[in-house]
Amino acid sequence: MEPVMAIAIGLLYSAAIFLMLRRSIVKLVIGLMLLTNAANLLIFTSAGMTRGAPPLIPEGMLAPEGVVADPLPQAVVLTAIVIAFGVLAFAVVLIRRAYEIVKADDLDKMKDTDT
Amino acid sequence: MRPEVALPVLLPLLSGAISLLFWRSRLMQRFTAVAGNLALLVISLWLFTSVYQDGYVTIQMGGWAAPYGITLVADMLSAVMIVLTALIGLVLSIYSLASTGPDHEKFGFYPLMHLLLAGVAGAFLTGDIFNLYVWFEVMLVASFALLILGGEKAQMEGAIKYVTLNLLASVIFLTAIGLLYGMVGTLNMADIALRLKEAEHQGMVEVLAVMFMVAFGIKAAAFPLFFWLPASYHTPPVAVSALFAGLLTKVGVYSLFRVFTLMFDQTMDYTQDLLIWGAALTMVTGVLGAAAQYEFRRILSFHIVSQIGYMILGLALYTPLAIAGGVFAVMHNIVVKTNLFLISGITRRLQGTYQLKKMGGLYKERPWLAVAFFLSAFSLAGIPPLSGFFAKFVIVRAGIEAEAYVVTGIALAVGLMTLYSMVKIWNEVFWKALPEDNLVPEPKSVVGDDGRMVAPSLWLMSMPVGVLAAMSLLIGVFAEPLMVIMTVIGDQLMNPQGYIDAVLGSNVDVIEALIEASAAEEESP
Repeated sequence: MEPVMAIAIGLLYSAAIFLMLRRSIVKLVIGLMLLTNAANLLIFTSAGMTRGAPPLIPEGMLAPEGVVADPLPQAVVLTAIVIAFGVLAFAVVLIRRAYEIVKADDLDKMKDTDT
Repeated sequence: MRPEVALPVLLPLLSGAISLLFWRSRLMQRFTAVAGNLALLVISLWLFTSVYQDGYVTIQMGGWAAPYGITLVADMLSAVMIVLTALIGLVLSIYSLASTGPDHEKFGFYPLMHLLLAGVAGAFLTGDIFNLYVWFEVMLVASFALLILGGEKAQMEGAIKYVTLNLLASVIFLTAIGLLYGMVGTLNMADIALRLKEAEHQGMVEVLAVMFMVAFGIKAAAFPLFFWLPASYHTPPVAVSALFAGLLTKVGVYSLFRVFTLMFDQTMDYTQDLLIWGAALTMVTGVLGAAAQYEFRRILSFHIVSQIGYMILGLALYTPLAIAGGVFAVMHNIVVKTNLFLISGITRRLQGTYQLKKMGGLYKERPWLAVAFFLSAFSLAGIPPLSGFFAKFVIVRAGIEAEAYVVTGIALAVGLMTLYSMVKIWNEVFWKALPEDNLVPEPKSVVGDDGRMVAPSLWLMSMPVGVLAAMSLLIGVFAEPLMVIMTVIGDQLMNPQGYIDAVLGSNVDVIEALIEASAAEEESP
């Protein structure tokens, strides 16, 4: 399973970077979305994938039996998803406002503050 | 149980919640801002005295012992940074009483400021690498909203660059955390430090070190990824600019110091050169960028970049003295840079513009403002006996002791260029006569933006400036006791075992035994 995931994650990263290098601000935000998803999948995969073994300790025992899934990366990914969701919601509103004010979907027209 | 470690994070969150409750009452929000930040300063001094006595103070959140729970830990570096955060918070909340107009206050300036301070304090105190990411995001979300407060065209354009590059840095940071967890199976920084030393693939550790360097380098605005800073910092209201200039990039610098002294000290053979030349190029590009500018806040923004170079150079030389100098530079820079931005706000209020060409004659008109600017600007350039001199002196001396002559020479030359930019501002704003074509908006100098008389509001804006200018002078005059504290920081950072023992407590032996057992298991499968 891991090699398939690794290839998928690599594709997501490269697609995200390709989109972010475009001039359109909409593509920029889509690129950011893909990038955060790629990072989340990477955490999920790099911590090891264990199928069908929830980390529950049976009654009367002090440790779970056999190999169980690691709950920590799942908690981490959940937190990261929520944060990315909030930040991207902000980014979407930002590009909408920027489009209303600058009246262009082109990063090259937004360089007044650079000079 | 040491509540003073958690309180600097909880208190700004509480003040933020209170000012959200009084969403419609400007008066209550203003009162909460000043009172809350005053309380924060008191608590941060409490934390500082605790750390001064005990060396390290920790608290295990929720009672879960490290490395399983999240540990908040304050060493001397964290304590000093928290005190400075609280100081800047208090100074800015007083300044914004006069400078921030009702149209900004109405859209949540004060709650966002509290949230930002909570994020900054959390980042300084946490002992958990993922928790550090979370605090970074808390800080970033608050800063995003503050940056576009007011919604002008330039703010939107600046914000797109700021948001994109900071999100990119966050994702690189998150990716590095994911890979790191895959390698060591823990998120506690002290535990990571122990396990990385035994790690099988030291090449992978170097890759991770560079990923953290890039992520924090973007956030600290180091070369070559600093472009977002001069594109955005001059666009928001001046109180927001000053808050960002004082604190945000320094969180990136703090993280570099923490991560590279604690977790990646074994990769220093490889990363030291990258850090040194990154620092040198940061200094040079920042100061050259500033030389070309004629807008008050843009010059200052480029100088933030340049000064970040000195701090990173302190880390890169990697001796206790150099680290002490680097932290001294952080401390000096937080005070001085915030003050320069605050002064630019006052001159804007007096003359209605940030363009240097259109300003002038303020030395005659406001001699005390000129004195405050003189102290801050020449401190930034490193003129004795002001605070910047000692920061630069210690770093240069550490550079010569480490026999890094080229980069030390660059640091000195950049100091000269800084002086050039500061003299330029001095000449244009204070020394030359007011140009004839600048019709100083007469009503503006009598009545403020919000329609109130300017005399009390100007007094409110000048008080923080005076306090910070005096602090710059005092840091210079009483450099000796401060240098003692900085030396403690240098020793603590260069000997991370103390930090590890403080965080893990009695578990440290257990973890070391576990690491040895797993290493033995791998050898004989």
